[in-house]
Amino acid sequence: MDVINKVLRFLFYTVIVRIVVLFVLGLNIRHREKLPKKGPAIIVANHNSHLDTMVLISLLPLRLLSIIQPVAAMDYFLKNRLLAWFALKIIGILPLKRKPDYRGEDILSPIYDALENNRILIFFPEGSRGEPEKLSNFKAGLAKIVQQHPDIPVIPVLLHGLGKSLPKGEALLVPFFCDVFIGDAMTWTGDRKSFMTLLEQSMEGLAEEGHFSSWE
Amino acid sequence: MLSTTLNINVLWSLGGLYAILVGASLISVFLKQTNPDKNYTELIQRIKSWWIMITLFSLAMVLSKTVSLIFFGLISFLALKEYLSIIPTRRADRRVLFWAYLAIPIQYYWISIEWYGMFIIFIPVFMFLYLPMRMVIIGETKNFLQAVGTLHWGLMTLVFSISHLAYLLMLPDIDGFDAGGAGLVLFLVFLTQFNDVAQYVWGKLFGKHKIVPKVSPNKTWQGFIGGVFTTTVFAVLLSSFLTPLSIPMAIVAGLIISIAGFIGDVTISALKRDIGVKDSGSLLPGHGGILDRIDSLTYTAPLFFHFIYYYYF
Repeated sequence: MDVINKVLRFLFYTVIVRIVVLFVLGLNIRHREKLPKKGPAIIVANHNSHLDTMVLISLLPLRLLSIIQPVAAMDYFLKNRLLAWFALKIIGILPLKRKPDYRGEDILSPIYDALENNRILIFFPEGSRGEPEKLSNFKAGLAKIVQQHPDIPVIPVLLHGLGKSLPKGEALLVPFFCDVFIGDAMTWTGDRKSFMTLLEQSMEGLAEEGHFSSWE
Repeated sequence: MLSTTLNINVLWSLGGLYAILVGASLISVFLKQTNPDKNYTELIQRIKSWWIMITLFSLAMVLSKTVSLIFFGLISFLALKEYLSIIPTRRADRRVLFWAYLAIPIQYYWISIEWYGMFIIFIPVFMFLYLPMRMVIIGETKNFLQAVGTLHWGLMTLVFSISHLAYLLMLPDIDGFDAGGAGLVLFLVFLTQFNDVAQYVWGKLFGKHKIVPKVSPNKTWQGFIGGVFTTTVFAVLLSSFLTPLSIPMAIVAGLIISIAGFIGDVTISALKRDIGVKDSGSLLPGHGGILDRIDSLTYTAPLFFHFIYYYYF
């Protein structure tokens, strides 16, 4: 069964995801060379669409597929068996609880384990997908993780257009070219607040590189 | 499957295109070796992209008529997608945009069954009436006129106009003219692209008086007139080989292609200047996006089509 799932995951990312991402959508990628070439690493992106994860995974070479894990909310993706199978085995998510079950439980510990196993994690610090094509505030969980693993590179990625193609609450995919701007790798700054500020500045800097028409 | 047996003149012309490509590549290598400190990256990328484009185009023309139609349909799809990605669109119109995309396979389907009447009115009449109605059902009135106007302009230029290339392939055989629709497509596409290059080269060599300074500051009268002249000469040289045109008619065709090609080019320039982008995309390294490459064809394809359709078919 495990082998079948692995084959299905490989086919999903080589065939379906690439047709959707490269043909139906199409990407304008800037600074592709700044993407991580090995684990451990954390890719941090803004989150507007289910397509975000597909695009980010399709940017990395296939030989890294087995070590890439998008971090996703456990309550949403594991709510029924079919979705759980798809999320865990095909997408390959690392499920994360939103709240601890008991006092003193560190909900971030699966992430520490994954990083120690040299994984490349995809992290959306906005939490949920939110309003399409708008940046919401970043949550500070990311800073805690980087504080624990200060040597791990954090690569900010700005995605634009995917929230137009497939926003929250819509099932109809409308083709648009999407922009993917990759920023310089960041490492731990010494405290959580300055780290999050630096990350937000980096994302805003990437947003200024693009010329985005309004979508109201 | 609509099959095709390509005329020997068409195959010779495709061979000629490759000869030009080999020549251009040799010149770029020569330039790079004689001036090692100069940067020729863009020129080399441009020529590399030409190799890919001409190879895809040749394959599309040689394999079968069905493949040719799918090829032109894909060009319309990529161009419309690029256009809708750079212009402002409304969130409320997602479903309307989806219908606009659906117009592409439908339009090329009319061509494949050679239903001329439907091909010529489907987008200008039916889509023109349908899309605003679909917007009204959704009910967003803010910027309604802008939304419906920009969407229809995109469909007309990038789907309706470009699809005339495909309909050239469906024109019936006429006595004494063997190159067929493929010959006409090759004649039109080659001269349109050649005209772009010729206007650029004449402009670089002798350009002095600006022709549309507000829209395209690098375009000059000298480039324009030089381009019209060279393209018309080539139209006459190629006409007996690829088209049923007599010499005087070939001169008219050359004038139509060179003048309309210039207008199509600056029209897309005006669009990009309005939005504030230099290139429409990054699909074709060295050229920009697909709109940057097919801009002239949006004017030359329908005008050349109706010229030849009226006089010869």
